[in-house]
Amino acid sequence: MGLFILRRLGVMVLTALCLTFVVFWLTNLYPNLEKLAKTQGNFRMSDEAVASYLGKNGYLQPMPVKFGQWLGVLPGWTLEDEGVVTGKCFGADTPEEDRRSFCGVIQGDWGFSTVFKDEVGSIVLTRLGLTGKLMFFVMLVMVPMALIIGVLAGMREGSKLDRSLSTFSIASTATPEYVSGVIFIAVFASSAFGLKWFKGSATSAMDSVTFENFTLPVVTIALYGMGYIARMTRASMTEVMTAQYIRTARLKGVKFSDIVLKHALRNALIAPFTVIMLQFPWLLNGVVIVETLFNYKGFGWLLVQAASNNDIELLLAVSVVSVIVVLVTQLISDIGYVYLNPRIRIA
Amino acid sequence: MEELSWGGILARMFIQLGPVWISLIVLFTVSMTYKRRLGLYGKLFDSTIGMIGFALVMFWVFVGVYGGPLDMLVTHDPLSQVSGMKNKIPGTPMRGAEEGEYAYFLLGGDNLARDVFSRLIKGAWVVVQIAPVATLFAFMVGITLGLPAGYYGGRLDTLLSFLANLILAFPVILLFYLLVTPEIVLTGIPNYMALFLFVFPLIFVCILLNSRYYTQPSVRTPLLIGVLGGLGWLYLSLVSSDGSVVATPTYSIPGLPAFLDLFDIDPGILVVFVSVVFVNSPTVFRIVRGLAMDIKTRDYVAAAQTRGEGPWYIMLWEILPNARGPLIVDFCLRIGYTTILLGTLGFFGLGLESESPDWGSTINAGRRLLALYPHAAIAPALALLTLVLGLNLLADGLREESLRD
Repeated sequence: MGLFILRRLGVMVLTALCLTFVVFWLTNLYPNLEKLAKTQGNFRMSDEAVASYLGKNGYLQPMPVKFGQWLGVLPGWTLEDEGVVTGKCFGADTPEEDRRSFCGVIQGDWGFSTVFKDEVGSIVLTRLGLTGKLMFFVMLVMVPMALIIGVLAGMREGSKLDRSLSTFSIASTATPEYVSGVIFIAVFASSAFGLKWFKGSATSAMDSVTFENFTLPVVTIALYGMGYIARMTRASMTEVMTAQYIRTARLKGVKFSDIVLKHALRNALIAPFTVIMLQFPWLLNGVVIVETLFNYKGFGWLLVQAASNNDIELLLAVSVVSVIVVLVTQLISDIGYVYLNPRIRIA
Repeated sequence: MEELSWGGILARMFIQLGPVWISLIVLFTVSMTYKRRLGLYGKLFDSTIGMIGFALVMFWVFVGVYGGPLDMLVTHDPLSQVSGMKNKIPGTPMRGAEEGEYAYFLLGGDNLARDVFSRLIKGAWVVVQIAPVATLFAFMVGITLGLPAGYYGGRLDTLLSFLANLILAFPVILLFYLLVTPEIVLTGIPNYMALFLFVFPLIFVCILLNSRYYTQPSVRTPLLIGVLGGLGWLYLSLVSSDGSVVATPTYSIPGLPAFLDLFDIDPGILVVFVSVVFVNSPTVFRIVRGLAMDIKTRDYVAAAQTRGEGPWYIMLWEILPNARGPLIVDFCLRIGYTTILLGTLGFFGLGLESESPDWGSTINAGRRLLALYPHAAIAPALALLTLVLGLNLLADGLREESLRD
């Protein structure tokens, strides 16, 4: 088991490195750098001005060198211009003895955001906290609902209840967030239908969460993910319900509710656990859409801002975080599966 | 003229969509009559869920085809702005309608005073055009790489699976934001990706025919020359525009000369297409790989190996046909997912032009005024919902029917 986790961690680091390099490469292509220079300077910069801006800020070095500097395995660039020394790790006014030669992710320095004019690390942490709040409520709504629907549907395969709940879960997987969000806002928050129950914007939820401002975003994300988990739960529940020990229990005359709750449920919940963990990366998509739609300035909103302004270091930090989320949830789901299911053993 | 009531609007829409209803009825009567002779497709008509799904899907396919290239169902030009129709509610009579013009905006006007109904129909064509083809390409890539990975296993499998997981670990939206930008189009990366991804159908068909007919060179050689010539021409037309395959400001790689070029694809559409294929293929790869690993242990594969068949023959003519059930089901689901992805791209204003009538862009344009005039965003939202729902129901019906035997 220890070796298995070690190997998985190794693959994880390799994957994260490859992916960040891809992001690095894409964001550092010349047209993107040109756009960055123009948004930082002005839009009517000449080609020479763009080149000189990029040269001064170390953007024109070879790609692997820049990547090494960002990682912190290569010393940051320094540039001497008319006696003034500037560099990646320090400004012209930093005292000589404070000037470090390495500053990268390994040193804990995530760089500086060109859009927000702030340290990337602190921005990402704040926004992650806000998204964490959103995710917490989403999980709170989504997981119990999905499990209940799945178990109820899988309890008696082919019954009317099963048919209607299955159709509901299919419908929910067919409703992407930007569709359900739009419909929810139109029905529950607009003047057109007259039901002004909730707010169509979640901006105020960043400070204080209320039922009124947080229901719609949470339900919107939860709905799309719910159907899939419910279908998986149903599939595993129907399989368990045909098992020998359930038949034995029925023949013994155990009450149906006891069979479901005491005999079937525990075994039926192994598969959904994996699915719920693997659902995290999907939720990230939903988070980006919903945060844009409801104007909730969390991690997804940050991703959109970073990507549309080609804020390289912020974008890299965002992708590192999201890639780590994906890989860690995959690892947890694998390990959890082994723990929950004694039939699987990894040497 | 007065505004139409909701009954009036629905009745007029029903009449306007007349050709679609007729086609649906014809299709269903013919299919129901001959359903015993139509294999899996015919069996679909035994399941209510499958039939409902199929009807929803075919409804949008007919709407897309009639409204798009045939230009039938639409009432107004989807791009022209009519003065005085800005944000008008559904059923508003068109101001200053001339003789021969349709007198109402059936689903109202959007914030640029364009007819929502006509844009909805034109938007269906964008989806019907891109989603199935992109899914098909993704399947070609996934099958061509997934079969050998599952069949041979070993190093090849490790490498390909690592690459697939690499793409899968990438958040889709981040990938879109990085790939589908005008700056990236300038660098020519989408063209390189198109060159790479679109060659897979060619390889697939080539191996498919060769592995079957290589024992009869007299059949194989002309067949391959013909098929490869035709497909190669299509491939070159697809990847080259204006006589070059990759054209950036600094250099260009020459391709098919313009007079041989069958069709040109707008670079905005191409990048959308390529990234959708790119995102979908690793999942298909994983499914095909899993199926191949399962099926290769069967007796008929062992029999083929004993007969001395080549590995590609076994993969493409023994394993693949026996994996068709799950693959067909996944194909339906994946078209739905591709539709959702296209909508996502439109929603973030990536790739397609902002005035494009596709549903995602329309939702994006309409959501800003959602609190006051929800109709402009709700119409495409419901359209997308019904199409994806139809595809999911269809997949469910197919799964049920294919499990039955």
